Amino acid sequence: MSVIATGTLVESKRIAADAIYRQIIPAGEPWIHEIAKGQYFRIVDLHGNQAVDTLFYNAHDYGDRYSAQDTIQYQRNIYLTTGTKLISSSGNVLLTIVADTCGRHDTLGGACANESNMVRYAIEKRHMHACRSSFLKAIIDWDHGMSKRDITANINFFMNVPVTPEGKLTFEDGISEPGKYVEMRAETDVLVLISNCPQLNNPCNAYNPTPVEVMIWAAEP
Amino acid sequence: MIDSSILWEETIQPGATWSHVLKRGTAIRLTDIEGGANVAAIFYNFECPVERFNLPDTLKAQHIARFTKGFVLYSDMGRILLSITDDSVGWHDPLGGTSNRRLVEQKYGSASYQEFRNDSHKNARDSFLIEMGKWGLDSRDLVANVNFFSRVQVDDDGRMTFIPGNSKSGDYVELRAEMNVLMILNTCQHPLDPNPEYQPKPIRIAIRQVTAPAFDDACRVSRPENGRGFTLTDRYFL
Repeated sequence: MSVIATGTLVESKRIAADAIYRQIIPAGEPWIHEIAKGQYFRIVDLHGNQAVDTLFYNAHDYGDRYSAQDTIQYQRNIYLTTGTKLISSSGNVLLTIVADTCGRHDTLGGACANESNMVRYAIEKRHMHACRSSFLKAIIDWDHGMSKRDITANINFFMNVPVTPEGKLTFEDGISEPGKYVEMRAETDVLVLISNCPQLNNPCNAYNPTPVEVMIWAAEP
Repeated sequence: MIDSSILWEETIQPGATWSHVLKRGTAIRLTDIEGGANVAAIFYNFECPVERFNLPDTLKAQHIARFTKGFVLYSDMGRILLSITDDSVGWHDPLGGTSNRRLVEQKYGSASYQEFRNDSHKNARDSFLIEMGKWGLDSRDLVANVNFFSRVQVDDDGRMTFIPGNSKSGDYVELRAEMNVLMILNTCQHPLDPNPEYQPKPIRIAIRQVTAPAFDDACRVSRPENGRGFTLTDRYFL
């Protein structure tokens, strides 16, 4: 069990009543939405240890998108938390994490897919609902010319996937709890694509996917 | 040593880019000529490039944050693009990503073609995009890469540290193609390499014919996930 120093936990001063947008994303459903430069974007883990698979794009150039490797390379740390700048494949800062009451978020574990579930669990698991199908459904409905080429390595908010000094990737017990949240400021106009993970084969969410809430606040004057 | 199965050999110059469709039934050996080389690499299914190397699927299927002999590289479709069939290094980096123009200019200064000719400073990101363009791919096809011969260690707090001296002169890694794999390689320095000088290293490649992986192949039996990966890959060719 990993222990996160409480010193890394930062709360936000923004209150829900001031949000200009609030939406519950049910378990297993996608969500796609534009966030303007300067706006604040929060994801709330309503029931605890729910994986929120998330991708970001420059809203004006989908070829300029969140890059997990550029983000961890830039900060020389594999975990995302308050202060992390989410870096694009062109080296631009898309968003900055400004508050985090969970303490650590993963960007190495990727999103589940029918195909990766066949490899990881059993070939017979192909039919089970998976994040990358949710991603595809969302970008088809979005109808802005996006395709599977745009589904790249994502963030798993609220997931704890440590790497050991010996080079092992481990999936540890969750460190999130009901009500924990992460909040970001958009540094440019961004498109957010979320799959609220439907995974039933992994103990990370106690085999019980749950809803999360997203909120947006206006830019500060 | 003469190996009659070798089809061809070639040197990839420092800071250079190279691409090839490595056919199923062949393998490529990358050899670090001088020691301290870095080879950034990305992979696609040549017949359908929207199927491409997926780093997270590769890491989580095998619970690894390093590559060595016995591990395999997965596509996003649950199939195995390449198996690592031999390795004298023991650690190849999946985390560090590539250098870009900004990083190379900050770290090494600018060196234009007009002044430095083919010794001008290159970066892996732009080099990948140029080479991808030759195959009809663009920035939306860019994927997370492997850095062969380099090692980045992660401590308990998540901090990433480049470990110098990971690869010595003569060290090698061999990749066996399990599909027809478009591979793009670049020999720019690792982005976290603390060396303040622009000193990319050359590598030698050798491509040879190999036998199909047997039922007891070391990569196939390395863990149940990889057994299923080979099954799904074999089915693709039925």
